Order: sequence, then structure tokens, then C-alpha cells
Amino acid sequence: MKSNIRQSPILLLLTILVSLFIICPALLSITSGLEENYSKGWKSGFTLRWLRDVWSNYGNTVTASIAIALCCVIGNVLLGVTGAYALARSKSKLSIWFEELLTLPVAVPGLATALALILAYGQVREFRQSFAFVLVGHMIFTLPFMVRTVAASFRRQELIALEEASATLGAGFIERFFSILVPAALPAILSGSLMVFTLSIGEFNLTWMLHTPLTRTLPVGLADSYASMRIEIGSAYTMVFFIVVLPLLWLMQFVASLADKKYGT
Amino acid sequence: MELERTAVDIRQCEKTFLDGTKALQLTNLLIEPGEVVALLGPSGCGKTTLLRIIAGLEKSDGDGSVWFGSDNVTRLPVERRGIGMVFQHYALFPQMSVASNIGYGLKIRGVSEQEIKRTVGELVDLVRLNGLEHRKPKELSGGQRQRVALARAIAVRPKVLLLDEPLTALDAKLKESLRDELADLLRRLNITAIHVTHDQHEAMSIADRLVVMLAGKVVQVGTAEDLYRSPKHPFVASFLGRINTLKVIRDSRGQTGVCIGGTWIPCFASVNKDSEVMLRPEDISLSVVDSLDSPTKIAHRVFLGDRVHLRVHTEDAGDLLVDAARDCPFQTGESVKVHVAAEALMSFGDY
Repeated sequence: MKSNIRQSPILLLLTILVSLFIICPALLSITSGLEENYSKGWKSGFTLRWLRDVWSNYGNTVTASIAIALCCVIGNVLLGVTGAYALARSKSKLSIWFEELLTLPVAVPGLATALALILAYGQVREFRQSFAFVLVGHMIFTLPFMVRTVAASFRRQELIALEEASATLGAGFIERFFSILVPAALPAILSGSLMVFTLSIGEFNLTWMLHTPLTRTLPVGLADSYASMRIEIGSAYTMVFFIVVLPLLWLMQFVASLADKKYGT
Repeated sequence: MELERTAVDIRQCEKTFLDGTKALQLTNLLIEPGEVVALLGPSGCGKTTLLRIIAGLEKSDGDGSVWFGSDNVTRLPVERRGIGMVFQHYALFPQMSVASNIGYGLKIRGVSEQEIKRTVGELVDLVRLNGLEHRKPKELSGGQRQRVALARAIAVRPKVLLLDEPLTALDAKLKESLRDELADLLRRLNITAIHVTHDQHEAMSIADRLVVMLAGKVVQVGTAEDLYRSPKHPFVASFLGRINTLKVIRDSRGQTGVCIGGTWIPCFASVNKDSEVMLRPEDISLSVVDSLDSPTKIAHRVFLGDRVHLRVHTEDAGDLLVDAARDCPFQTGESVKVHVAAEALMSFGDY
């Protein structure tokens, strides 16, 4: 819709400047991954060499990260959605406390959470050395995002009425939950999943403590390349990150908006 | 569609919410098989709580019990009570078509695909939704949604049909036509129905019997006509229609009565001094007055088409609401004389 309010050119200029200020580092980082020599700039010529190096050195971190993020989403859907329902329907005051407690890992530095996990389960070697250990860390960190989003949806008066309506029509709990509540909360579940996926893909704090040389994720590999390789390789790595993550995010966003159209009220 | 007719007996039910509010005082109520009853009262009077106790969506405190015929259903969860319920905002399943909404309860019960199709078809005819079977709820008008909700509730052949403010979400004009349609449909179905509303016209036109509630308590139960003509409680009188409240005085001979526009009207019923009597606006008639300086004057006049609503100012009884016929000639500012029959005064003993 077109507005009749005249736009101020000063504000427009300001917006452009701020946007450029934010976008420039990302663009620079990407382009320097394509340059032959970063210090000489684009005059040194362009190459795909660094990208190939990244893929051969760190290619496995891409699949590991995506796999962990997807597992994290699945785990969140299983534990988070059911947990959200329990919290939303609980009449106990303890449930409010519990929900606050659940959010704690977001506020507490990831390093502390990771240290606690290592202290508690570090001795279980099989577990400690597997990707499951990293996954558990990601789950702890992302669960509140799913639970809070979905619980808020379950608490809506509309959904309570839908659940009651299906109960009056003879539906038991399992039928109510799967045939009515989950479809009605689907937009919230999908937007929670999107958030969880995004957080898991980019998670560094916890993962840096929890990983082993054999269980590295994309951001950990990125830190490693920055620390130990040429800056061009680090930049090329950033580019790989963008190439991998952006289409996935767009795809999930598209699915979420599609579901919102179908199930939104 | 032939439905079972079940009596509903509410025994010793009461409800206190977690925060300590007493939503429903100790209540007993018997609803006859096939009867349509309205729970009527202002918001917060406990009518919805009572309905939800009958449905099984709330539990009565203490020893309260709910009986459907000879079955004690108090401990049955809502999904096994065999009720049908229409919700205030209909609560139609948004992702399902009209047909799937109506057939949902049957599908849950494991009824065959063919049988569901037949029943849904029959109901679609009954509530006149033909051609809309494949629409989604959000593609329907308010009135159509209401009819889907009704069809969905009766599809499962409930023992009791519960209606929670079924017409509140509709606009005034539609409300009136759907009101009569609903009343007609309930009679044809011959089903026990309990209908919650705060709208007295809705209750009067749909229900056989009205249960008037106030502050968690049943105040009076009866037919609309009984309640209107002989209310046992001033609240019932004021809630069903408009009312004038007058102060009772005692004259020099010790007789009680009221003075309206200089005319003494005795109270026959035993009323105390300082108590109040009530008077319906249509029980006051007006006539031309000889002297122009009479203090009884028309203060306000609203022409409503079939009726004329007047506010008459009197010196002794304050402002009175008067309901006159269409052709009432008196205009604002004109002096009038007020006539009231002594029988028209409604008094309330100890309630």
C-alpha cells in the first residue's frame, strides 16, 4: 500500500549509510576469500583456490553442522512441543519456575554450561567423543526457544477452545493432541524450529568446549581456520557458511509461511 | 434426525476457583428430558461455570454431582459424557473443511466413511449449508460458522446439547433471524438443550424455561412469562425488560403506597415503609391534563417505530420510564397526567 506521507531524504540517506556500515564487513570478508592475495587486494586477481582448500580441509564440518542442527530441530519438536503443552496446561505455580529455569542456559555463558556437561558426563567416553555430546549441548541451549514459542501458542484462548471442542466431540488426549493441537500450533512449531536451526548452526560458545578434533562443527572449524590458516581461507570459509546456511534458512522460512497460510487463523 | 431425550440433574454443585473467587454457589437444578433451558444472567453470574460443570470441562467442588438420566456422570471425563457443545466463538477446526468439521466426532468414534458421509449430508441439509461442504471455516460468514458449529455438535447424537453464548459473536440483525432459526431447530430435534446467554430476548425466544442467575446463585426459575409477570426478586424484574423503581411511603392513616404525579396508589401486598416497589413502563398510561402548570411533564421522547419510549418527569416519584403505543401524541415538554393500576405495582417480600 502506498502511503501519502512524504519520506524524508535525510532519513533515507541515514538508512542507506547504516545499512552499508553493517553490510560492508560481510562483503569484504566474502570477496577477500576470492582474492589471490588479501593484502594486495583485488589487483592480485581472483581465484577459487581458497574455497577448494576449505572444502578439502573442513568439508565434513558442513555436513556435521547441518546434521546436528536437524537432529536438534527433531529433538526440540519431540521434547519441546510436548514439554510446552505440559507447561501450558499446568495449573501449578512451579511450572512458571520451571519455564524460567529452562531459559537459564541462554543467560548463563555457554562455556559454563559446557563445563557443567563435561564435569557430569565427561567420563562417559563413548558419549564424550561422539557428536551426541555436542547435540546435547545444542539442545540445552535451544530448548527454551522452542518451548516458549510453542507454549505461548498453546496458551492462546483460541487453542484452548479448540481442544475443549474436540474433547466434547469425544476425542481422547492423543487424538486431541495430534489431530487438533499440533496442526493449530504448527505455525509456532515451525517458527520455533527455524529459530532452533539457526541458533544451532551458528552456535560456537558451547560447541567450542564440547567438541573433539573428530566432532567439529562449522563455527568451530571457522575459528580453527582463522587461528591457524591464511586469512583468505578464513574468508572463503565465511563464504561457504553463507552459501550453505542462506538457502536453508530461506527454504525453512518459505515452509513456515506456507504453513501459516494453511493453518493460521 | 431422532435424538435421545435425557434429563439433566445438577445436585449440590458449587465451584470456587484457585484464586478464591466463588464462581458458583451451592446449586440444584433439574432439567426435564427434551427441555430447552436458558441460563440467563449478567457476565460473572456463574452461568458459564455451571454449563462447564455439566459438560465436564470443570469439576464441582465437594460432593456435587451431575446426572444424565439415571447415570451419574460426575466422574466421566468430557470426551465420554456424550454431550454436544457449541462454543461462543464456535471453535471450528481451522484446517478442516465444513464437512470434516461436522464429521469429526463420528470419525473419532470409528464410524464408517460411508455412514459419516450420509450423516454429514443430512446435517448439511438440516442447517442449510448446501454447497459449502468443502469450504474452510475462515471462508464462511459468522452465521454460517455458527451453523457449522451446531451441526458438528449434534452430529454425534449427544444426550445433551450445550450452547455457550451461541449468538453473541453475530451482529444484531443476523442474531434475530438466527435466534428464531435456532429455537425452531431445537424444537424439531426435540433434544435436551442448555443455553447460556446474557441476552434476555435471546433466552425468552429460545428457551422453554429460564434460569436467572446472579452472583453465582440461581435467583428464579420459570417460563419467560412467569418471570416477567411475577418476578420473585427485583433483579429478575429489572433484568427481564425495563423497570421503574419507586419508594414506598406511609400516608396519614398508616396505609402504605406510592405517590405518582400527585395520585396516591395503595400497595395491597404487605410491604414495609422504606422498601421499594417496581412498575413496568407499559403499565403506566398517560392522559391530557387540564391545567398547563402541572409539574408532570414529558422529559424525553424516543420514537421506535412500533413503540414510543418516554421519560416522564414527576415531582414526587422522580423520572419514570413509560412505554406507550406508536400513536402516543405527547411531545417533549408537554404536561400529562399519569395513571397506574394498583395491581401493576410489583412488590418483593423478603428475598
